[in-house]
Parts: sequence; structure tokens; C-alpha cells
Amino acid sequence: MYKINLLKTLTFLFFAITISVGATNNTDQTSSAEQESPTYNLKTEIKEYINHHLLDSYDFTLFSYTNDAGEHKYIGFPLPVILIDNGLKVFSSAKFHHGEAVAEVGGQFYALYHNKIYKTDALGTIEYDEAHHATNEKPLDFSITKNVVFIILVGLFMLLIFSRMANSYKNNPMPKGIGRIFEPLILFIRNDIAIPNIGEKHYRKYMSYLLTVFFFIWIINLLGLTPLGVNVTNNIAVTLALALVTYFITTFSGNKNYWKHIFWMPGVPWPMKIILAPIELLGTVIKPFSLMIRLYANITAGHIVLMSIIGLMFIFKNWIGSPLSFGLAFALSLLELLVAALQAYIFTMLSALYFGSAVEEHADHH
Amino acid sequence: MDKLIEQFSLGLFFWQLILFVALVLLLKKFAWKPILNAVNDREEGILKALESAENARKEMQNLTADNERILKEARIERDVMLKEAREMKESIISEAKGEAHAQATKVIEQAKSTIESEKHAAIAEIKNQVAELSLEIAEKVMRSELSDKNKQIKLVEDMLKEVKL
Repeated sequence: MYKINLLKTLTFLFFAITISVGATNNTDQTSSAEQESPTYNLKTEIKEYINHHLLDSYDFTLFSYTNDAGEHKYIGFPLPVILIDNGLKVFSSAKFHHGEAVAEVGGQFYALYHNKIYKTDALGTIEYDEAHHATNEKPLDFSITKNVVFIILVGLFMLLIFSRMANSYKNNPMPKGIGRIFEPLILFIRNDIAIPNIGEKHYRKYMSYLLTVFFFIWIINLLGLTPLGVNVTNNIAVTLALALVTYFITTFSGNKNYWKHIFWMPGVPWPMKIILAPIELLGTVIKPFSLMIRLYANITAGHIVLMSIIGLMFIFKNWIGSPLSFGLAFALSLLELLVAALQAYIFTMLSALYFGSAVEEHADHH
Repeated sequence: MDKLIEQFSLGLFFWQLILFVALVLLLKKFAWKPILNAVNDREEGILKALESAENARKEMQNLTADNERILKEARIERDVMLKEAREMKESIISEAKGEAHAQATKVIEQAKSTIESEKHAAIAEIKNQVAELSLEIAEKVMRSELSDKNKQIKLVEDMLKEVKL
């Protein structure tokens, strides 16, 4: 009983925090804005803050401030860095001092530049080309970054919630507790996404993927709206991994009919078949590519716009600016809540559509 | 696009791919399969329950129809039986009536014949008595008649007159 209550409280907090995103982000920035020196370019700071926010990071920082002595203080904790560079190198990201210091591990020096780890010398020299890109060598980097931590957390959260839900079915036919919220969603994915797109015959083997991808994207998008400052789905690497899974499942479950439609489109004259084959082949790649870009772009745009509006508060600095941008940020947060679910839905829906085309049996169209 | 490629993190891609595939497999084993099976079972159970309810309703209907049919048949049978009984009653009554009538006729006939014979006997007796009486009367008359000589002659004469030759 205690456990269930705890779960309920956690869920409630989860949603409460999600709703209050606009307000809390405010306070974060207020603290840093209050202490700014008058000569500091506020616009640049906001821009950098947004850019920084959109990037992955090697430590988990809730917020930072500059104390009276002029030192930057960070509230958070470091995460492990794992590099493959002449052997496996594992060390705490605390060694970088948030990019202010050069980390020395096993006789090698590494420095953070724009949230990337570069090999460097003891002084941390970074060489640039004409386009101001760092030209230092990059080690193979498998660090447990902030995003990886959140991917793991969301994974554990989903395992906990859904295995509990599965257990609640053992004794009675109706779900209990949290399952009452998720069962309609699971049924929705089954009845309105999987079955109409894939078909009654084949949908079962894709359900695990569709359900996982839907809840994963949804929950992680919602987490992105919390003041924890985490954005997993606005990393192209994450959306690429998801899209790649969809691509591989589609490709490997493609039946004869599917491949026939790609390489030798039935029902068109033969010169057209030759022209269509490369186009169709390209299409199989473009489809998951569009999945990748869509999710990435939607979430990134949402974050940029939301944070820019919050940033306006510090630029206007008059009585009309703050309430206006607060109102806008609040409205936009609500919109982002919708987008979080919508993008999860679209990703799942389109994946199901692609699987459906791969297992389709009758060539009655065309 | 340039920035995008520059920002691409192989590590994050690697972890996301590994963790996500692991998540799919784990959830499949511990959550999705049991949940979907439970939901399917429940749906099938509901369908079956509905079906059996429908069957029970049909059976009930059949039963009611049967009952009604049996009731109707029973009613018809009862009517037939009543009708038969009535007919039997009537026939018995009419038979009884006929027999009684016949009996009565017979009795009457007998009575009549008895009466007739009695009457004949009585008449015969009366005749005898009348004959005796008339003989006595005639004797007496004769005696009184024949006491006078004139009268005897007269009688003889009358009688002679009556005799036609």
C-alpha cells in the first residue's frame, strides 16, 4: 500500500513539475541574471545559455551561479567519462571543472570545447581552422552523459511502471493503479495505430517496439519540459538510433511483395520500372530519415522558442515584458506538452505504417 | 547541417541504440507480453460471456416457446376431452332416454294387454252373469206367465207366429 502511495505521489509530482516548467525556468535564470555585470552582453549570454541547454553535457548541473568572489558555482554532480583512446579510459567528469580545466588521464590530456572532448596538450591548446572549428583529434567517446543517464532513468521508470502493471493483471482482469492510466493508451496504440496500419495478421510481433517507442519518446519529451534541463530527443544521435531501429525492422520484415514494389514496380511500363527502382530504394531510407529529422526538429524548435521567450524577460526589463513573456511561455509550455505526445504518436504511427507496407500481402493498389 | 554533423555524438548514439533495444526486449518480456495477453484474454472472455449470454437468452426464448406450445397443446387436448365427455354424456343420456322410452312402451303395452284380457274376462263373466240372470228372470217370468192358461196359449201362438214356414 505504501509503495502504491509513493508511486502515486511521484506521478503527481512528475505532472506537477511538467506543468510548472515556465515558472521554474524563470527562477533559474533570474539568479544568474541578477548577478550579471552591467557590461556583460545580455543577449549573448541568453543565446549561449540556450545553445548550452540544447547540448548534451558530461555532468549533471541543475543550475549555476556566480558567487560574491566571482567564482562560478555549479549545483549538480559529475558523471563518468568513458573514452577509447589507446585503451579504455574511465574517469569522472569532475576533472574538467566544467570545461575550465584540462583533464589528465594516463598521460593523455583532454579538454572540453563546446561540450566535446578533444585531445590536447598539458595547457589545453585548441587549434582552429578558418571556420573556427576545432581541429584537435577527438577520442572515441562512450561517456555516460546527462542524456544517457536520463535514457537509463526513463528505461528503469518504464520497466518499473509497466512490469507493475503487468503484475496487476495476474489476479484480476482489470488493471490497478497506474495501469488504469496506461491501459487506454496501450489499447489505443494497438487498436488505432498497429491494427489499422499493419493488419490483424501481423501486428502482434511489432507491438513491443511500437509501445516502447511511443512511451519512451513521450516520457522523455515530457522530461525535457521539466526544469531538470534535460533534452534527449533534440539530439540527432538519439533520433537517429530510434529511426534506425524502425528502418531495420522494416527492412528485415519486408516480404516478397515489398521488395517487388521497390525493385520492379508492378503495373507500370518497363522503362518506368527502371526509373522507379532507385527512387523507391532511396525512399526506404528517406522514410526513417524523415522520422529522425521530424522528432529532432520539433523538439529542438520547441525548446529554442520556449527559452527565447523566457529570455525576453531579461531583455525587456520593464513591467510589461515579464508578464507578457511569462504568459507566452506558459501558453507555449502547454503547446509543448501537446507536441511531446504528438511527436511520440507520429513516430509510432509512421513506424507502424512502414511496417505495414513491409508485410502487406496483396498488391491490389496501383 | 554542418553544426548538426559536428554535434553528432557517437557515444550517445551507441548508448541510445543499446539501451533502447535492451529496453524493448526487457519490456517485451516483463510488460508488453503479459499485459497484451491479459487484455486479449479479457476481451475474449468478454466476447465469450456475451456469446453465452446470447445463447442463454435464445435458449430461454426456446424454452418459453416450448412451454407455450405445450400449454397450447394441453389446452387443445383439454378441449377435445371436454368435447368428448360432453358427447358421451349426451349419448348416454339419449341412450338412457331411448331405453327408458322402450321400457315404458313395453310396460304400457303389457298393461294394455293385461287390461284388455282383464276386460275380456270381465266382459265374459258379465255375459255369463247376464245369461244366468236372464235365465233366472226368464224362469221367473215363465213361471209367472205359465201360471195362467190364457197366457200360455197366447205365448204359444206368438211363438208360432214368429215361426215362419
